[in-house]
Amino acid sequence: MAKQLNVFIENKPGRLKAVTEVLAGNKINIDAFTIQDRGDFGLIKLIVKDPKKAYLVLADKGYACAVKDIMVISPKDKIGNLSRLSEVLLKNNINIIDSYGFVIESEKKGICYLELNTDDLKKAKRILDKEGFKVLE
Amino acid sequence: MEITYWNKKIETIDRDALRKVQLEKLKKTIDSALKTRFYKSRLKKAGIRSGKDIKSLSDLEGIPFTTKDDLRECYTDGLLSVKLDDVIRLHTSSGTTGIPTVIYHTRHDLDKWTELVARSIIATGAGKKDIFQNMMTYGLFTGGLGLHYGAEKVGMTVIPVGGGNTKRQMQLMKDFKTTVVHITPSYMLHIYSKLEEYGFSLSDFNLKKAYMGAEPYSENTRRKIEKLFNIEAYNSYGLSEMNGPGVAFECVYKTGMHAWEDAYILEIVEPKSGKALEEEKEGEIVFTTLDRKATPLLRYRTRDLAFVYKGLCKCKRTHRRLSRITGRTDDMLIVNGVNVFPSQIEEVIMRIPEVGNNYQVHLEKEGALDKLTVKVEIYSKMFKGDLKELDVLKEKIKTELKASIIINPVMELHEPGSLPVFEGKAKRVVDLRTKI
Repeated sequence: MAKQLNVFIENKPGRLKAVTEVLAGNKINIDAFTIQDRGDFGLIKLIVKDPKKAYLVLADKGYACAVKDIMVISPKDKIGNLSRLSEVLLKNNINIIDSYGFVIESEKKGICYLELNTDDLKKAKRILDKEGFKVLE
Repeated sequence: MEITYWNKKIETIDRDALRKVQLEKLKKTIDSALKTRFYKSRLKKAGIRSGKDIKSLSDLEGIPFTTKDDLRECYTDGLLSVKLDDVIRLHTSSGTTGIPTVIYHTRHDLDKWTELVARSIIATGAGKKDIFQNMMTYGLFTGGLGLHYGAEKVGMTVIPVGGGNTKRQMQLMKDFKTTVVHITPSYMLHIYSKLEEYGFSLSDFNLKKAYMGAEPYSENTRRKIEKLFNIEAYNSYGLSEMNGPGVAFECVYKTGMHAWEDAYILEIVEPKSGKALEEEKEGEIVFTTLDRKATPLLRYRTRDLAFVYKGLCKCKRTHRRLSRITGRTDDMLIVNGVNVFPSQIEEVIMRIPEVGNNYQVHLEKEGALDKLTVKVEIYSKMFKGDLKELDVLKEKIKTELKASIIINPVMELHEPGSLPVFEGKAKRVVDLRTKI
């Protein structure tokens, strides 16, 4: 299952820089990131090559962080595909906590990062596989 | 100036006669105190077995002080000197930690308290014709109920609105032509700042007087409020351990607050040594109750700093005048009239595993009112990576703090190790409020 590293940060200038500096210093490359904001604080969510290592180097610096299992799927870039994906999740009563997605190759390939409210991600993976959505590791 | 009295005889009693009254009442108070678990052992150690052992007021010096911690340790009934059957009300207040303190009242105690408040109201020149809007919080906090019963006793028309809801306060002031309010000075300033926003103007009101207490303020603030509203503002002093409001109150001359000395023996002591200080010298206020049957307190250390004015007041009241409170001997904070100890906040934070032990309390002004912000650090090992969990955590701390300190704090979550580490407790508090 794909892993995402969630780092607690205060919402003030310089925090993203501080976190990414630690990763860069340890030669950890970032594939994707997003920031979730809650006023005075928020989370930086990172997809990195070695999440375990990233977790350790950040925790070592005192950051409150956690590695979460998430679902990454690569649907075709096609009209109605996100709607179909959400319908599948709806039918199985799975809610999306957080997500971000984009197109990599126009009219060919997109990527969706999904944080889901289910403890059984394997089952969710099976369901999505069955419906023809390509789940990435 | 016309001087009015509620009980002229006792208010203008000559000092020698007052001392006799005090001595007789002190003897009775000692007898009541001996019925409590706490004083029974304490007075025995001091060699006092009966009120008769007190021959003169100077014998009081042989009695050890009673502290807030003593009250806390006596919770719930270590200082109760009557049967619970005879108690008709109790008030608890926040202790310095999670354990509160309690004061019990018999009917006699409440009647005496009410009389002191009635005296205080009449001393300001108010009376039964007045419309009294009580903006202090009702409930366990003694500010609301204390003034309430005194005002009813005087025969004022009482509007028991309690604190908050500024627009409704203004509407009531307008609809019923309120003449006297009981309020904290910061709330008074807040009301002024909101007049326009809520569509009122001073000409809608008929306000004449404000009784201001529950938080310290300067003479300049009094003058400012008097000028803004075109009213007379009177300083009020009380504490729940001594009933509540009505312990000391200003008369029309507004030169210090007459402490009702037939109900309390007033001492000012040097905080460190406990030695008595003379008039005009600032020290800690110490009170002994003389009119309380359920919870008599002997030489209670208030931790409030003030001094006693020299000489007689022009109003002819012989009860000595206390200065405004100039400070505290401890780290107690007063936030919008509510007493808060940093240790209460610490106690709450320490029992929440998701946050670290480091915290900071920020106090600042938001308009005329106080804003209390509590900053805590996330504890790395307990962090699961969810925002929702953080929202729940924030709410949880807020609710627990509210339950402990009565006021709603603003909660801030911070990164581990980001708050300054302090050695001393008091430094955890950053008070950015400008004194009013």
